Amino acid sequence: MDGAMQPHWHDICALDEIWPNTGVCARIGGVQVAVFRLGDGAGGRLFALQNHDPFSGANVLSRGLLGNLGERLVVASPIYKQHFDLATGECVEDAGVALRTWPVRAAGGRVQVAA
Amino acid sequence: MKKMKIVVVGNGMVGHRFVEELVAKQLPGLEIVVLGEESRPAYDRVHLSAFFAGGSAQELSLVKPGFYEREGIELRLGAKAVAVDRQRRKVKLASGETIGYDKLVLATGSYPFVPPVPGRDREGCFVYRTIDDLEAMAAWGAKSKTGVVVGGGLLGLEAAKALKDMGLQTHVVEFAPRLMAVQVDDGGGRVLRAKIEALGVAVHTGKNTVEIVDGAGLGVGGRHAMKFLDGGQLEADMIVFSAGIRPRDELARNAALPRGERGGVVIDDRCRTADHDIYAIGECAVWEGRLFGLVAPGYEMARVAVDDIAATGFDRAGCGESRFGGADTSTKLKLMGVDVASIGDAHGATPDSRICQYSDERRQVYKKLVLSACGRRLLGAVLVGEAEEYGTLLQMVLNRIELPESPEFLILPSADGAARPGLGAEALPDAAQVCSCNNVSKGQIRAAVRDGAASIGAIKKCTRAGSSCGGCVPLATQVMKAEMSRLGMTVNNHVCEHFPFSRQELYHLVRVGKIRTFDELIGRHGRGLGCDVCKPAVASILASCWNAFVLEKDKAGLQDSNDYFLANIQKDGTYSVVPRIAGGEIAPDKLIAIGEVARKYGLYTKITGGQRIDLFGAQVHQLPLIWQELVDAGFESGHAYGKALRTVKSCVGSTWCRYGMLDSVSMALAIEHRYKGLRAPHKLKSAVSGCTRECAEAQSKDFGVIATENGWNLYVCGNGGMKPRHAELLAGDLDDETLIRYIDRFLMFYIRTADRLQRTSVWRDNLEGGLDYLKDVVVHDRLGLGAELEAEMSQVVGSYACEWKRAIEDPETLRRFRTFVNADGGDENVAFVRERGQIRPARAAEKRARAIDAVLAGEAAT
Ligand code: SRM
Ligand SMILES: Cc1cc2nc3c(=O)[nH]c(=O)nc-3n(C[C@H](O)[C@H](O)[C@H](O)COP(=O)(O)OP(=O)(O)OC[C@H]3O[C@@H](n4cnc5c(N)ncnc54)[C@H](O)[C@@H]3O)c2cc1C
Ligand code: SF4
Ligand code: FES
Repeated sequence: MDGAMQPHWHDICALDEIWPNTGVCARIGGVQVAVFRLGDGAGGRLFALQNHDPFSGANVLSRGLLGNLGERLVVASPIYKQHFDLATGECVEDAGVALRTWPVRAAGGRVQVAA
Repeated sequence: MKKMKIVVVGNGMVGHRFVEELVAKQLPGLEIVVLGEESRPAYDRVHLSAFFAGGSAQELSLVKPGFYEREGIELRLGAKAVAVDRQRRKVKLASGETIGYDKLVLATGSYPFVPPVPGRDREGCFVYRTIDDLEAMAAWGAKSKTGVVVGGGLLGLEAAKALKDMGLQTHVVEFAPRLMAVQVDDGGGRVLRAKIEALGVAVHTGKNTVEIVDGAGLGVGGRHAMKFLDGGQLEADMIVFSAGIRPRDELARNAALPRGERGGVVIDDRCRTADHDIYAIGECAVWEGRLFGLVAPGYEMARVAVDDIAATGFDRAGCGESRFGGADTSTKLKLMGVDVASIGDAHGATPDSRICQYSDERRQVYKKLVLSACGRRLLGAVLVGEAEEYGTLLQMVLNRIELPESPEFLILPSADGAARPGLGAEALPDAAQVCSCNNVSKGQIRAAVRDGAASIGAIKKCTRAGSSCGGCVPLATQVMKAEMSRLGMTVNNHVCEHFPFSRQELYHLVRVGKIRTFDELIGRHGRGLGCDVCKPAVASILASCWNAFVLEKDKAGLQDSNDYFLANIQKDGTYSVVPRIAGGEIAPDKLIAIGEVARKYGLYTKITGGQRIDLFGAQVHQLPLIWQELVDAGFESGHAYGKALRTVKSCVGSTWCRYGMLDSVSMALAIEHRYKGLRAPHKLKSAVSGCTRECAEAQSKDFGVIATENGWNLYVCGNGGMKPRHAELLAGDLDDETLIRYIDRFLMFYIRTADRLQRTSVWRDNLEGGLDYLKDVVVHDRLGLGAELEAEMSQVVGSYACEWKRAIEDPETLRRFRTFVNADGGDENVAFVRERGQIRPARAAEKRARAIDAVLAGEAAT
C-alpha cells in the first residue's frame, strides 16, 4: 500500500496564468484537477477540485462560474448548473454527491497542488 | 451512541428509494446493508423499454454518483438472501454467509409469471423484467426475424414495442378477448387494437397456448411453433412471456410470516409484517388483500417504513404519524405511441353507475366516463388514442368534485377548437393530490409557499412535487401562484441574493452611475461575491451599455462558458462553432472554406434551423486555430453563444422570386450587420420576407419585416421555441430609414426594461398597456425617448468588433484557450464514433467498451 507516501506538491503554473475569478484545468498524472482563483491580491484564495462533473460526465468544472450562495463559496457546472462547494466539494443541490478536493497553495508566484 | 443495523433485501426501485429516504433523515449511529441479487445497482425499471429505443443501461441508473460509497452504507450486488432466522435476527445469503440485523426490510419485488405450458423452457423463450433479460433478448433478437409476446397487457405491449424496435415482425397473443383487459373496456380495447395493428403488430386475442414445439427453423418459418387450443398455430423465432407478475415472497414463506391469498407478504399500515422488526415494501407486499404493481405505491410504502423506523428506533420527533392508506392505481401511458389512460372504476363496477362515452373509429379515439347514479360525481374513466383530459378527470375522481351541468363536454371534441373546461387550482380541495409520483397534496404546496418557497424550484426542493416525471409541474405552479397572490406576495423579481434589484433597475444603475465593472456595481449596490445568475446578467448589461470586449480581464470571470470561449458548450464539454452567414446568403467559395475547415478539424457539420452552418466537436485548444482559418476566409463570429442577435433569416425576395415586392435579402443583410453582437436580456431573432407569402417566417421572430406594395411592415414580439407566439404588427408601410429607426428604438427599449432571460414576447405580455403602449413609445414617441434610444443604439453599433478576431489577435486572451494549463493536448474523455460519415460523441457504454479494449490490447502487447 502507498498509504505511507507523503503527498507531493506539484508545480502547476504561474499565479498570473489564472485570471482572478476564473479557473484552469491542470493535469496531474492521469487526473484532471480544476484550479480556481477566487478574488485578487491579498484576499485572493485558491481551490482545487476534480474537473470531472459527475452529473454530465464531462470534464468541465474548471470552466464554471465562481461565486457564493449564502455562506458557501461555490462553482457552478457549465453544463447543468449544479453548484459545488469550493472548500468541501459537496454538491449544494444534492448533498449525496461530493467532488474530490486537493490542498493547493501559492508559493513564490507559482501555484502548487498536493497530490 | 445507540447503533442500529438495517438490512434491506432487494436493490430495486423501491428498495433504493427506501435507502434514499433513510439517508435523508440523517439518523445517528445507523448502519445499512443492502443486498441485491442483480449484478447492477438500482435502475429505472419503469423506463426499461428505453433500452431498446437506443438507451444504455447507464442512463437507466437511479443511483446518484457516490451514493453507495458513503460512510455507513454497504451495497452488495450479486448477493441473494435465501433465509431469515427471526429468532437470531440473521439473514443467510446464497454464499452461506450470515448477516445480523436489528430491522429487516424486504423489497424483493415480483417475478414474471410464465404459464405452465410445455416447451416454455426452450432456448429463445424470455421474460421481461431485468436489464439482463433485455440483454439476452437483444442477443437472440439479432438473429431472429419474428417474435411473439404472450400477454396483451400493459407490459406485454411494452415488450411488443421492444421487439418492433429490434426490427422483428411482431405478434401479440392474448388469452382474454381484448388487449389490456385490466385497464380498458371492450370499446377501448377495440380502438387500441386498431391502433396497434396499424403500427404493424399482429394481434391474436382469445388464444389459449397449449404447447410450444419445434417450428420450421430459426429465421426460416420460425424456430418455435406455438399450438393453440382452437387448433391454430403460430411460428416465431423468439417468445417473450409477459403474462402477469407474482410477488417474490419466498423469504417470508421460509420464515413463516403470513402471506396473502394471491401471495405477497402481509403488512399493516406502517408497512410492518407480523414480526415488527421486519418490514415489506413495494411489489412484494400485500396490504388489505391488495398487491400493487406500480411504483408510486411502493415509494409511498418506503416513506412510511422510514418514518416508522425513525420514530420507533430513534425517537425522532415529528415522525411516526405516517400510515399507508392504499393507493390510486389510475394510469396514463404511451404504449407504442398510443395514449392510454384508465382512472378509478374504469369498468363501471359500482352499482347503478352510468356510462357516457364517445368513440370515433375514424380518428381512432375512445373516451368513456363512469358517472354516479345521481350523475353528479365521476367514478372512473377510460381514454384511448388521446388522453390530455387525464389530469382534470383524475382530480375530479380523487377529490369527488361536483361535475358540471353537461359532463359530456369533458370528453367531446369542441367544435370551435376552444379549450375544454379545465379545472382551476382554486377548485381543488387541500387534500387533492397534485403530484402522484411523490404523493404531494395541494395543501402541502400551499404550506410550502407560506414557509417561503416562491419558485417552482423551491417547491420541488421542499415538497418533491414535480421532481419525478414532471407532469404535475403546471398544476403545482398554478397552486403556488394562487397561494402567493392570496397571501398578497408579489413574485420577487430580484436578480438573485446578491442584488436586491430587478434587471431593469440594475440597467439604470449601471447607466446613470456610469458603472463599468462588476466589482464597482456589487460594491455600491449589492453584497457578496456574485454567482452564476447575476454575473452573466451584469456582463450582458455592461456589454449593452458600453460594448466593452467581453473577454477583458475584469469581465472574463463574469461570462458563462459559452461567452467565455465564444462558442457553444455541448454535453461532452466540447464546443460548437457558428460563423455568421448573414441572411443565409453565402458564396460558393465561402461554403467550400467552411467545408475545408470542418474536414481539417474533423468537425460534425449541420445546417441549423437558423439558415447557417454549425461545426461541432471542437476542444478549447482548437478554437483559436479554427477561428483563425474562418477569419482568414472572411467570416466573423455568429454570436450563437451569446444572449445577442442570432440570425436574420431571409427569403430570396424580389431579386429572383416572381412574387417578391422588395429586396428582402439586402434588407436582412443590412439588419443583421447593424445589430450583430448586440447583447440583450435574451437572444434576439429576426427575419425579412419579400412578400406576404412569408417564406422567411418573419412573424415568428422577435422582430420581423415583411415587404408590401407600399413599403415594409414591422412585426414584433414573436418567437418559436417552447411557447410559440405570433408577432404583432407594430407599424406598416415604412421606408428603409424609418424601419431601421423603429427597430433601433424597439430593441433599445427592450434592452433597457426587460427582465433577465425574458424574450420579447414575455416582456410585451408584462408591459402595462401592451402593444398600444409599445406603439406609443416607438412610433408616436409619446415618452420623448426616441432620440435617446437611437443615440444609445448608434453608440453600440459604432463600436462593434468581431470577438473572435479580437481573441486571436490578443496574445494574453489566446493563452486562455488551452485544455490544460500545464500540458498540451486534449481531454482523453472526449471520444467520438462515426455515424453517417461524421463524428458524434461516444455514449458512456461505448467509452467503457473502448477502455476495456485498450486494456486488453495493452495486456496482449505485454
Ligand atoms: C443549432 C440549433 C439547432 C439546429 O441544429 O438547427 C440550435 C441549438 C440550440 N438551441 Fe435553439 N437552435 C437553433 C435554432 C432554433 C430555432 C429556429 C430558428 O431560430 O429559426 C428556435 C425557435 C425559434 C425561436 O427561438 O423563437 C430555437 C429555440 C430555442 C430555444 C427556445 C427559446 C424560447 O424562447 O422558447 C432555446 C432555449 C433558450 O434559448 O433558452 C434554444 C437553445 C439552443 C441551445 C443554445 C441550447 C444550449 O444551450 O445548448 C442549442 C445550442 C446551439 C449550439 O450551436 O450548440 N433554442 N432554436 C439552431 C441554431 C440556429 C442558428 O443558426 O443560430
Ligand atoms: C417493462 C416494465 C414496465 C413498467 N412500467 C411501469 C409504469 O409505467 N408505471 C409503474 O408505476 N410501474 C411500472 N412497472 C412496474 C415497476 O417497475 C415496479 O412496480 C417497481 O419496479 C417495483 O419496485 P420493487 O422495488 O418493489 O421491485 P423491483 O424493482 O423488481 O426490485 C426488486 C429487486 O429485489 C431483488 N431481489 C428479489 N429477491 C431477492 C433476494 N432474495 N435477495 C436479494 N435480492 C432480491 C430483485 O432481483 C430486484 O432487483 C414496470 C415494470 C416493467 C418490468
Ligand atoms: S416570401 Fe414572397 S418573395 Fe419571398 S420567396 Fe416567398 S413568395 Fe417569394
Ligand atoms: S406527478 Fe410525476 S413528478 Fe409529480
